[in-house]
Amino acid sequence: MAVTFTLNGKSTTVETDPQMPLLWVLRDTLNMTGTKFGCGMALCGACTVHINGEATRSCITPVSSVAGKKVTTIEGLSTDASHPVQKAWMEEDVPQCGYCQSGQIMSAAALLAKKPNPSDADIDDAMSGNICRCGTYQRIRKAIHRAASLQTTK
Amino acid sequence: MATATSLNRRAFLKKSAAGGAGLMIGMYLPGKYEALASASTMNPTAINAWVQISPDNRTTLLIDKSEMGQGISTALTMILADELDLDWKKIKTIFAPAAPQYFNPVFGLQGTGGSTSVRGSWEPLAKAGAAAREMLVATAAKRWKVQPSECHTENSAVVHTASARRMEYGTLVNEAAQLPVPANPKPKDPKEYKYVGKATKRLDSREKVTGEAEFGIDVRRPKMLHAAVARCPVFGGTVKSFDGSKAKGVKGVKHVVQISTGVAVVAENTWSAMQGREALQITWNEGANAKNSSATIRKLYRERAEQPGVVARKDGDADAKLATAAKKIEAIYEVPYLAHATMEPMNCTADVRADGCDIYAPTQFQTFVQKTGAKITGLKPEQVKVHTTYLGGGFGRRAEQDFIAEAVELSKATSVPVQVTWSREDDMQHDFYRPAVLVKMNAGFDTSGAPVAWKSRIVSPSIMSRFFPGSVKNGLDDSATEGLATSKYDVPNLLVEYALTETGVPVGFWRSVGCSHNGYIAECFVDEMAKAAGKDPYEFRRGLLSKDSRQRGVLELAATKAEWSKALPEGRYRGIAVVESFGSYVAEVAEISIDRKAHTLQVHRVVAAVDCGRVVNPETIRAQIEGAIVYGLTAALKGEITIANGRVEQGNFNDYDMVRMNEMPKVEVHIVESLDGPGGVGEPGTPPIAPAVCNAIFAATGKPVRSLPIKPEDLA
Repeated sequence: MAVTFTLNGKSTTVETDPQMPLLWVLRDTLNMTGTKFGCGMALCGACTVHINGEATRSCITPVSSVAGKKVTTIEGLSTDASHPVQKAWMEEDVPQCGYCQSGQIMSAAALLAKKPNPSDADIDDAMSGNICRCGTYQRIRKAIHRAASLQTTK
Repeated sequence: MATATSLNRRAFLKKSAAGGAGLMIGMYLPGKYEALASASTMNPTAINAWVQISPDNRTTLLIDKSEMGQGISTALTMILADELDLDWKKIKTIFAPAAPQYFNPVFGLQGTGGSTSVRGSWEPLAKAGAAAREMLVATAAKRWKVQPSECHTENSAVVHTASARRMEYGTLVNEAAQLPVPANPKPKDPKEYKYVGKATKRLDSREKVTGEAEFGIDVRRPKMLHAAVARCPVFGGTVKSFDGSKAKGVKGVKHVVQISTGVAVVAENTWSAMQGREALQITWNEGANAKNSSATIRKLYRERAEQPGVVARKDGDADAKLATAAKKIEAIYEVPYLAHATMEPMNCTADVRADGCDIYAPTQFQTFVQKTGAKITGLKPEQVKVHTTYLGGGFGRRAEQDFIAEAVELSKATSVPVQVTWSREDDMQHDFYRPAVLVKMNAGFDTSGAPVAWKSRIVSPSIMSRFFPGSVKNGLDDSATEGLATSKYDVPNLLVEYALTETGVPVGFWRSVGCSHNGYIAECFVDEMAKAAGKDPYEFRRGLLSKDSRQRGVLELAATKAEWSKALPEGRYRGIAVVESFGSYVAEVAEISIDRKAHTLQVHRVVAAVDCGRVVNPETIRAQIEGAIVYGLTAALKGEITIANGRVEQGNFNDYDMVRMNEMPKVEVHIVESLDGPGGVGEPGTPPIAPAVCNAIFAATGKPVRSLPIKPEDLA
């Protein structure tokens, strides 16, 4: 079955099992490996993408459900690591192994799009679905605040 | 893993290929780690690191260690950038292939672990860089007809200081490569360091924030298929029979193949492989381990604890002194199995052909990957090419070969490249776990309250008996006794016994290994000793560390920065712990509050002090300590793998959860300024956090926390 959606600004059509999660369509059908597999049960956040601007776990999102919608992945956040979240992440030296960071960044970007000046409680709420096994949470929090100020000075 | 023994090293230069592609530099480092490697595997021409400088003046550094978040690709680059005065903006790093010249001098084979990367590579890498710099300067000086001493180097160029004439390395490199290698290159004086010792941003951040960084699971090869493997849920169980017909009927499935670890479904994509696996019908020979449970293991340990073990450490006569001590305390401490739970599940991609084999893997032990590939394919090890990717976490799990073997077997069986991907459930249920351990302890005090005797009996399986059998002599495995047998406290009669007890559950290296359990157990018992002696836990420790000023130093630094003697607000408590591991010292103070009605705990703040000797990158050291604390805190608060009917009961993050953003304490890291030899950094931050938190609970409730994870009843 063919499913057509907008992916990082471009119209994209895929022919797959309609039940195949968007995560695997991205990674295996389209070879876009920036979005990661961590648990397959929406418990870890590594697979986070934006669907119509909402942070969504792609591992449990059947591809058929994104027909006609706008999907943004880490690859589409910017062409050159220039999104304020990406810049803040680099300035604060956030990533260690880096595997969870695509998901962390997508969750953070969605938060900042809704709440340009999030409180620590807002950050807890938005980010507690994203596990980091390397323990970079303190730096993530600092980088989100930094990204917020980078956004306002743009 | 065990610590480094002394090393011999000398430098030599390997000349570049006939095409003059650039200067290659390496060193020969015979490792003296015979306990871990048999003589036949020690390659007498071992070299440690390679630098390529291309004619257009760009430097490619081959990193021979696995980058799993510890920042090693940046730290090793900093060392070389300083010795060679490289232009930082023109540096690229790639991961080295598997070859004897990349052997880790501590292991005598190519591998990353035991927090050995910087402390093993620093000196040899600095000497190699210094040698290369001298050769480049000599070449430029000859062309200018001046003395080398009239030149200096900066930004990948040689400069004649007086006249400001400049030659880029790229224009010198082919001629420099022909020179003899200086016998005694002079590395920089630390005062001249531009990078080493200074907080430096990681080189790999950009690709990790754009999704471009390639992890093992991201490898894509032409004609590659994806595989999911069904494995017997009981450890050691085998396939009795299977029916793959329904699996073959799942769209996208190409093959159903039995391999050494179970039955594999090979398909066009990961999803189809996993769906196909669901449709397999398998009957298992579960085997003898089907009777195992956490209850039977606990009972076995408790029984074993009543019989003497092999002596791992004996100072004086603890048994005699305990018999006559004025005051005595006894305690049994227990910790469970723990899973590694790397964010990137196990995976490997193999491409087996008649003429050779390419293995793409997030591996920690390249030499073993070569051996695994050679054994399965019948090829020579040199024909097995290992491509190391970024690792989405390692923590010791990726030293193992099980996931490597599966991919090699499947590519061999199907004649195409195959990527085996483990689900989170596979990963959690087929781990090599941090051992479950029981330690029975006794301490005796004299009439003044000073501790005179301390006896520990460790009941635990042995990781080394499987991983490096030659290192286990007379029933002693140092990786099981470190943290207790290595104690530096002033207790005159110290006895540590080890009762090696196997249980059928596979065990392996988990971040900080023996110190992950013995650090907690020792430091919680020390607080019990302090209470029996009527002393403040910090002062008690301080008074018992006359033998080790560095251990006392980090203890004092952490306590000072945490304002140990300052009164806390109502309802808040502090706990302290100090653990030496992998050549470094870390002390941590945890500040908590508990709700004794709701049985809940909050960790507000952790103050850590680390003495790891001379430092390369304080930024990545701080990050590693922060991260190691979260790793250990997760284990203390939540970590428990339980066994029932021979199988692991947990499967995903719903029943084996991790500390998340909303539970993250505020962490402060203070690094001791030191000129001592470098110690490890990847693991030492983990052991002190569990005892620091448990000692804070002890202060709050008066009850010691004698098992992990912390339970609601501990907070009552």
